[in-house]
Amino acid sequence: MAERQSIRLVVNGKSVTTTVEPRMHLIDFLRDELQIKGARVGCEHGVCGACTVRLNGQMVRGCLVLAVGAANCTVETLEGASDRGDLAALQAAFHARNALQCGFCTAGMLLAAAELIATRPDSSREEIREFMSGNYCRCTGYQAIVDAIEDVLSARSASVAGGQKC
Amino acid sequence: MLTPTKSEQRIADELRYIGAPVPRPNALRLLQGRGVYVDDIVLPRMAHVVYWRSPIAHGRITSFDASFATMMPGVIGVFGAEDIADICTPWVGTLAHLPGMKSPPQYPLARGHLCWQGEPVFAVVAETRHQAEDALAYLRIEWDELPVVANMERALDPDSPLIHPELGDNLCLTRTIDNGAVDATFASADVVVEESYRFGRHTGVTMETRSVLADFNAADHTLTVYHSHQAPHMMQDLYSRHLNLPETSVRVICKDVGGSFGIKVHSYPDDFATVALSKLLKRPIKFVADRLESFTSDVHARDHLVKARLAATKDGHILAFEIDDLTGVGPYSVYPRTSGIEGNQVLNITGGPYQHANYRARLRVVFQNKPPMSQYRGVGHPIACAVTEGIVDLAASKLGIDPLAFRKMNVMHDDTYPRTGASGIKLEGLSHDACLARIERLADYDGLRDEQRRLREDGVFRGIGIAAMVELTNPGPAFYGIGGARIAAQDGATVRLDAGGGITVMVSVGEQGQGSETIFAQIAADALSIPIERVRVITGDTSVTPYGGGTWASRGAGIGGEAVLQASNALGMQLIEFASAVHERSSEGLKLFNGQVMDAESGAFLIDLKDLASKAYFRPDTLPRDFQPELSATRHFSQRDYPFVFTNGVHVSYVEVDVDTGMVKLLKHWVVEDCGRVINPMLVDEQIRGAVVQGIGGVLFEECLYDEAGLLRNGSMADYLVPMASEMPDIEIAHVETRTKTSALGAKGAGEAGSAGAPAAVMNAINDALAPFHARVTSQPITPEKILVALGKVTPGRA
Repeated sequence: MAERQSIRLVVNGKSVTTTVEPRMHLIDFLRDELQIKGARVGCEHGVCGACTVRLNGQMVRGCLVLAVGAANCTVETLEGASDRGDLAALQAAFHARNALQCGFCTAGMLLAAAELIATRPDSSREEIREFMSGNYCRCTGYQAIVDAIEDVLSARSASVAGGQKC
Repeated sequence: MLTPTKSEQRIADELRYIGAPVPRPNALRLLQGRGVYVDDIVLPRMAHVVYWRSPIAHGRITSFDASFATMMPGVIGVFGAEDIADICTPWVGTLAHLPGMKSPPQYPLARGHLCWQGEPVFAVVAETRHQAEDALAYLRIEWDELPVVANMERALDPDSPLIHPELGDNLCLTRTIDNGAVDATFASADVVVEESYRFGRHTGVTMETRSVLADFNAADHTLTVYHSHQAPHMMQDLYSRHLNLPETSVRVICKDVGGSFGIKVHSYPDDFATVALSKLLKRPIKFVADRLESFTSDVHARDHLVKARLAATKDGHILAFEIDDLTGVGPYSVYPRTSGIEGNQVLNITGGPYQHANYRARLRVVFQNKPPMSQYRGVGHPIACAVTEGIVDLAASKLGIDPLAFRKMNVMHDDTYPRTGASGIKLEGLSHDACLARIERLADYDGLRDEQRRLREDGVFRGIGIAAMVELTNPGPAFYGIGGARIAAQDGATVRLDAGGGITVMVSVGEQGQGSETIFAQIAADALSIPIERVRVITGDTSVTPYGGGTWASRGAGIGGEAVLQASNALGMQLIEFASAVHERSSEGLKLFNGQVMDAESGAFLIDLKDLASKAYFRPDTLPRDFQPELSATRHFSQRDYPFVFTNGVHVSYVEVDVDTGMVKLLKHWVVEDCGRVINPMLVDEQIRGAVVQGIGGVLFEECLYDEAGLLRNGSMADYLVPMASEMPDIEIAHVETRTKTSALGAKGAGEAGSAGAPAAVMNAINDALAPFHARVTSQPITPEKILVALGKVTPGRA
């Protein structure tokens, strides 16, 4: 068995210094070593999106990144993003639209939706559907998720338009 | 005084929440990553189990050596069937009301006879999951292969290998319905159409895999099991009986459940093995299936081949249906709900919406060396509906009658209930006429037909598919209880006034994301006229809630909701009695309003429930000496007027088929559904949408592909296709409300109607698009390859 490696990283704003097996995936490190459970294991090979977290601000699959690969990086999970209010508008829209049922995909859906809003604010309904197609949901049939994202996008563009008037 | 009938009973003075799109309070924790699924739970001294599963479809273990594996770091032990034989007894998955059904005894770990790829055989327990998986690779196991029964169509051949020679053949169950004169009707009919329909194997693919954390306490001999499950009391009963523990010593807790869809309503051999290992090792043991294990050990669904015939008069009246259903269910009938229910439902439901008098059906359920098949969302309905609606469309086309007009003519009309269908199903009250009329406007049926005609001239081939359906919901004991299975047909609710004036509701029906807890809160809040923020719902713990069946067969709202209503009304009357005692006046004319007791006539405020609670809990010295307030009420409800309360609905699918590539684009889907009283329109619509998309998965994408050796070829989420956001259409939904008179609430089930009707509607839409080419596809999933074969553009088997 390979020797444990020392790593240092920032997870949800807190510095973590520890040792891990080189083979340990980031998702297992977060869930089993740090007991941060908001990101979840669905397929373990990068398909379903349930384990989505942010690595240096970028959305990644926690099952495709090794913990040692996150050394000297910042990692943020749904809990961290939620606690600092980063996802409040999306969370409210998901709640209002019932854009989740069992909730197992929700961490991935919210982080993917946040990335879409940040990088593609002019997305059409079809483009939202296309962008969100990296994340599996077995419960909702996706329409409510698309509706919720569309609600947030149109509220943003309305507030931007309102701002320009002033 | 006359007792009011159930449907005349009062629900509430004012409906503030029932009927409103109340968002789910319990969704907030899921939105912040604060849900708790089984894998999130960590207990002191917890160990992890992984299973060595059969790598082949049929064979016998010839040698087994765990000496290397047991030396691996962290390994606590390696265990086989013999090690837990004294702890857990085997089971047989049959039901007495399915006569002649047979299935061999099944054990938590296979006793050397390997019957499907994925069957658990040996268990490796270690301190961590990584260590257990590392050790798994060091087990030395040899086996001999046995002849495989992979193809269900050959399972009953005289020269077929037998999976369980002691049973004499590979037949699990057969059943027939024949209400007479079918041959004569077909012989004299003006029009007879005939077609075969095939339904591939698929499975639920819950996002959270099956998970169980068993904690046996050797000191007090109690077993606590954290389960990702839909029926905690059923599992409590099974663990109690098979591990020889008193029922009261077994506690099953279901916290958040990451998708269920029927996959998590069964017991699995690895559930029993995990619990038995906890008892053997006297410590908590966690089992969480990985995704490959899910594909090879979760129950599969469908796998039917149905030959169907329909007889009609030349003016378009359907006279008779005849079907022959063959279904392959793996090597064991699943315990305790069996693998016979889906086929049984196909027989009961086929032809369900229509007036025909004559019906004959045969079912054969056969064993094969593939994963066990059992109930998954829709259970038989997607098959019955696709067969019925497929052949109804074929008949309409042969008669030259518009398919919507043909259905309008032949459905059981709304003013003819109660009545009995040709298969013998008892129908309380349905609304096919109203639903067909509604969807015609909702989808702008004539407009769609015009668009279809116009586009065909440009070489664009669109199709409109209709599926009328019935669905059985709110079952009484007809499903399982009468067959001897200890699966509760009733549910119970306890409603309690807490010391702070809030209301706690404990219900035996749980939550897997569909919104059960929310609608229970809505019902209690209205019945007690209290702001919903003051209502807290608790489910999913056999030590806390009343006993009940849980969520299956679309019964949570109708059965569990009625129990909540009755318990809330009972508590409401107790609180009014209490207030009248406190104020030394008659309870006549008092009512609950907005968290207070008031005089209905004068509107005068008597007392707030908070003050009532304070008096009861902390200052009973201020109460009249002879008055003892009752602060909680429990009521149980079972639906006993009908075997099942049927719902109905109709789907329309609009698709475009690319006749060069065989690709299907879903343009839009409409549903008009009658589930009786709609308690929460948003949640009902979301149930329908989710189920429609699962139905679309079955008709277009999902299939567990097996080779001739019975080995799975696509056991990963990358290879097994499920619907994704970009492929799905928007789904528009409308409701007709025919309330059931079997309860005061009047609610029927809604969770499965989407998956029941969608496959038929999409199949019919594709065939409508292909009509100019005289091509038809009737094998699900309808892949581009199958469409191109039907169009004659590629050769079968060479695509």
